[in-house]
Amino acid sequence: MLHTVNKSPFERNALASCLAHATDGAAILLIEDAVYGATKGTSVAAKVEAAAAKCKVFVLGPDLAARGMSEDKLIDGITVVDYEGFVDLTVEHSVVQAWL
Amino acid sequence: MSEVMDLPGDDEEFASGVVKKFMFVNRKAPHGSIYALEVLEMVLISAAFDQDVHLAFIDDGMYQIVKGQDPSGINQKNFSKTFRALDGYDIEKLYVEREGMEERGLTEDDFLVDVEVISQAEMAELMNGMDVVLSA
Repeated sequence: MLHTVNKSPFERNALASCLAHATDGAAILLIEDAVYGATKGTSVAAKVEAAAAKCKVFVLGPDLAARGMSEDKLIDGITVVDYEGFVDLTVEHSVVQAWL
Repeated sequence: MSEVMDLPGDDEEFASGVVKKFMFVNRKAPHGSIYALEVLEMVLISAAFDQDVHLAFIDDGMYQIVKGQDPSGINQKNFSKTFRALDGYDIEKLYVEREGMEERGLTEDDFLVDVEVISQAEMAELMNGMDVVLSA
């Protein structure tokens, strides 16, 4: 299963709900305002770090760059993908769940 | 309101115009929705009317003034640069709430403009003293 999240974790509970429902080995891709959840030192970082240990967590590079969130601020274990990588993830997983 | 909304150019009317304390409260992250850009447009318009303008950045709104934004990869305009031009319009009262910065792991060095970092309680007091508050 691939989960996509596009809402800021400080404004909506989409990321928290996604992390609570994602099972071991699932892929989670953070896009749009959800990329703020991939950065270190935030109030949600502990939950994302825990998820990165049991799931594969990805973040969309162009959305990070747009928001000035540099890659050296990312939580360890999170992988940056480009749009091609986004497509690859959707091809690799038969089910995609978008947490809007 | 008529004395405030008169068109620029009528100097006498303008000189006697009422100056109100305006606050624009920014609560939205910059590129995920149109709110941030629209508020900035309002701010620039308000500058033409010589009002006492205050900008507050709370919740995700403080992400609007984070350094190093490059939205070319998502085909959006980099309006963050416009915040650096606001002092040219005598808009220099920018406030960021400390609690929100801590929640987001942000420091004053992360911002591309000079801001005054204040507590939530101080922000509440500041809001209380305004004549007009526009929030988005």
